[in-house]
Amino acid sequence: MAGFAQETATARLARLLTMVPWLVNRQGIDLAQAADDLGVSVEQLEADLNLLFLCGYGQLPDELIEADWEEGRVFVGNADTIARPLRLGVDEAVTLVVGLRALREVPGLGERDAVERALAKLEDAAGAAAAPARRVRAEVARGGSPEVLTRARQAIADSRRVHLRYLVPARDEATERDVDPMRIVGMDGSWYLEGWCHRAEDTRMFRIDRVEELTVLDVDGTPPAGARERDLSEGTFRPAPDDLVVTLRLLPGATWVADYYPVESVQDVAASEGGGLLVRVRTADTAWLRRLVWRLGGRGTVLDPPDVVAEVREGAGAALQAYPAPVGGG
Amino acid sequence: MSSEPGTAAPSAAQVKTERLLNLVLVLLYTRRPLAKAQIRQLVPQYGQSASTEAFERMFERDKDELRELGIPLVTEDIDPLHEDEPGYRIHQREYALPDISFEPDELAVLGLASRTWAQASLAGPAAQALRKLRAAGVERDVDALIGIEPRLRTTEPAFDAVKDGVLRRVPLRFAYRRPEAAEASERHVQPWSLVSWHGHWYLNAFDVDRGAARVFRLSRIVGAVRTAGRPGSFEVPDDHEPELMVQRVAQPPTQPSPAVLRVRRGSGHTLRRRARTVGEVDATWDLVDLDYTDLEDFAEELAGYGPDVVVEAPPELVDSVVHRLRGALLAHGGAR
Repeated sequence: MAGFAQETATARLARLLTMVPWLVNRQGIDLAQAADDLGVSVEQLEADLNLLFLCGYGQLPDELIEADWEEGRVFVGNADTIARPLRLGVDEAVTLVVGLRALREVPGLGERDAVERALAKLEDAAGAAAAPARRVRAEVARGGSPEVLTRARQAIADSRRVHLRYLVPARDEATERDVDPMRIVGMDGSWYLEGWCHRAEDTRMFRIDRVEELTVLDVDGTPPAGARERDLSEGTFRPAPDDLVVTLRLLPGATWVADYYPVESVQDVAASEGGGLLVRVRTADTAWLRRLVWRLGGRGTVLDPPDVVAEVREGAGAALQAYPAPVGGG
Repeated sequence: MSSEPGTAAPSAAQVKTERLLNLVLVLLYTRRPLAKAQIRQLVPQYGQSASTEAFERMFERDKDELRELGIPLVTEDIDPLHEDEPGYRIHQREYALPDISFEPDELAVLGLASRTWAQASLAGPAAQALRKLRAAGVERDVDALIGIEPRLRTTEPAFDAVKDGVLRRVPLRFAYRRPEAAEASERHVQPWSLVSWHGHWYLNAFDVDRGAARVFRLSRIVGAVRTAGRPGSFEVPDDHEPELMVQRVAQPPTQPSPAVLRVRRGSGHTLRRRARTVGEVDATWDLVDLDYTDLEDFAEELAGYGPDVVVEAPPELVDSVVHRLRGALLAHGGAR
């Protein structure tokens, strides 16, 4: 539930001007239900209603807005002047237009026709406010086969279990697993299938472009009662508290790593000491980290723990055995 | 001086909200433009102001703030024959969202479009917009879209300021750190467009100091973004294509070249998926034939396989992979 401790007077006014038409068209709605739908706490809604009935186009009793919620049901009256919502603002129009355009690109979305119709009506109603939307383009996600995505969505709709052949490139592994699919999530540039993995006995997110095969099984795919969807506000990665902490030194040119990988802390290194970053990464498994550091070719160095340093060194040494030694090297 | 909400006298913010709401109601209700003196009588919070000057200052600020919110408060002559005093009102037809009705499936996709921003800094406006469109109807979500959740995130601290600059065409200044540079440099730009691509936000802009168009990745903007001009103070070229500009910079087109690799059995899964042919060498190794576009990117990917992949050809790819592996070896205390 959003908190409004910092809400400015104008922000609250904008919210009230949206709230009044919404309530006027839902006379008698349950107070808690209304608060929930409006995204505020019950206390906030009561404070808002308290404010509303102090206001009017004049100060005589019949000129004031009526607001009543004593029986736990909300009634708002004598609010004809603001019974229609204010036109969409630029941010409001842009979010919906950009969001709808992004939906057009979702593979296998059967509602494309509805998207087009909604977009036309919205642009018409928003008028000039929607014009800057052409300067904001958003792609939710890409990659992965549309067939896999469509079949996964169908399996969710039909509550069917699926069998996946799934690649884990960070560890260079191909795995086989049965999954009770829960939802398809598109974020941070990729599509994911989230579901209860019977191999891990936990919920997992599978990147669609790493699914080699998806077979819908003739088995009920209702996830166990304890299966919970991940909170997406922190992204798709979820470190565990008992994971290993690795310290990595990134030289300029390798600092992109801090953007792409979930790092726990980032510290600037002074230009006099070569610049770049010092980052700490929390991870259950170091295979991906070894592979990352080999790729960086010396622009990224594991400083700690020592056994990971040794793994990186020994792996690089073994790989180089396959090639002729450098002339005059040693 | 702190007090429990709801028990003490109304806060300054609460009084101001009441004042602004009363002002909106009064100006929407009137059929004729109202003079300032009339407004002062009708809005009780103005009546309490200490002097006419104090009232007028407050009223000027309030007008500006309502216009900022998009409320079309207009100034009109009260009497066309006597132009000495302006009057104020809000026309209902300019204020209100036009009547539109959406079909259930259209509302469902609008809901999904709004929720796309649920984890972003624009979550508030996206939810507010949907509530406005749904104000008239008492429908529930149709379930056809259950199970699919597109999400746009805006984790970059610079996002909001850059977004405002793009939408309102305001020149901006910020410090920017290029990936190869140790120090951030000051940039002065005309922001043209914002693009989310491969999970990252990019700004296309005209770099005023360099006299050329540039692409900036928002995560590389360091510290505060400041405005450097007024809204609408530059034009975006008509032929500007936001996605194309980002893609050209992030991924310049190149011709594919062939490579031959030895890949250990049971590894190199993503390489095998892209392979033209896979042949058996012996019990341990397969021979994989595939195309690559960027030598350095591909060498980097291959170095990541460590001892599980050996490059056979071409020689420049061998050199680049060996160079990386040797760099990693030396950085971790090895010698060869």
